[in-house]
Amino acid sequence: MSFLAVTAIGILRMRNLFVVIMLSGIYSLLTAALFVTLDAVDVAFTEAAVGGGIATMLMLGTLALTVDTEKAGPGRIQILPLATVVVTGACLIYATLDMPAFGDPAAPAHHHVAPRYIAETPIAMGIPNIVTGILASYRGYDTMGELAVIFTAGVGVMLLLAAKRRGKD
Amino acid sequence: MVRRHFILRVVAKLLMPFVLLFALYVQFHGDFGPGGGFQAGAIFGAAFILYALIYGIDAARQVAPAGAIRFMISLGLLLFLGVGYVSLFLGANYLDYDVLAHDPVLGQHIGIILVELGVGITVAATMITIFFAFAGRRQP
Repeated sequence: MSFLAVTAIGILRMRNLFVVIMLSGIYSLLTAALFVTLDAVDVAFTEAAVGGGIATMLMLGTLALTVDTEKAGPGRIQILPLATVVVTGACLIYATLDMPAFGDPAAPAHHHVAPRYIAETPIAMGIPNIVTGILASYRGYDTMGELAVIFTAGVGVMLLLAAKRRGKD
Repeated sequence: MVRRHFILRVVAKLLMPFVLLFALYVQFHGDFGPGGGFQAGAIFGAAFILYALIYGIDAARQVAPAGAIRFMISLGLLLFLGVGYVSLFLGANYLDYDVLAHDPVLGQHIGIILVELGVGITVAATMITIFFAFAGRRQP
């Protein structure tokens, strides 16, 4: 956690965008390690592959097209954005006070449909990874929607960038 | 560019089969261990991106032609939707895999593997497309 904070401060202080991209890759990797500590291996996997790998690559690709140093900001602290961020952060921290403790068996999330999933997945599907069972079967519609979003993103990028390039050739 | 980065080129070439194999492992072993279609697709796409970074965009485009990638983006989503419609026509709800085989458990297995395969194909193809679209642009 403290490594995360250090990396975030580093990202804020740096003016060289190449270093910033590398630091954000490190940030993703640290987040993945944090997810592993929290036993969320599937999420950690995704974070390491997408956040640490592909997002870094894409940002490097963008960097190759633009300049690699950040323009200097106005230099003085702006009151309104700072106040907004501080108030929002205070609200979020206040909200976490009401959250159940980590791993608390009495938490509401563990009493809605989770027991049914845990009890039924091995019997109904015969697969040990409950996360996969939930994603692909119980929550099939959600996964389908996510896939449609990815599809739309790919097609959108293709239309915007690839078509332009063909026009120039 | 051709003869530079000798170590990188050799190491990348050695790693490539293992990266692809690991992606396939994550894809088809996703119902037993951590992983699944999305992660496998990301790893598969990352393998192609690594290849493109080291051997150049043009070499990577020859391995993964734009037409085939474009076809695969839609193929994955259509596979997902198709599984849904098959179960619909077999008399169950949309995306209810119980009817895909005589045994509901086996049906669930088949449905999940097909659906995850669809996710994997679309994610990998989309990653490759977006990377090519960004990296293929010349400096304006």
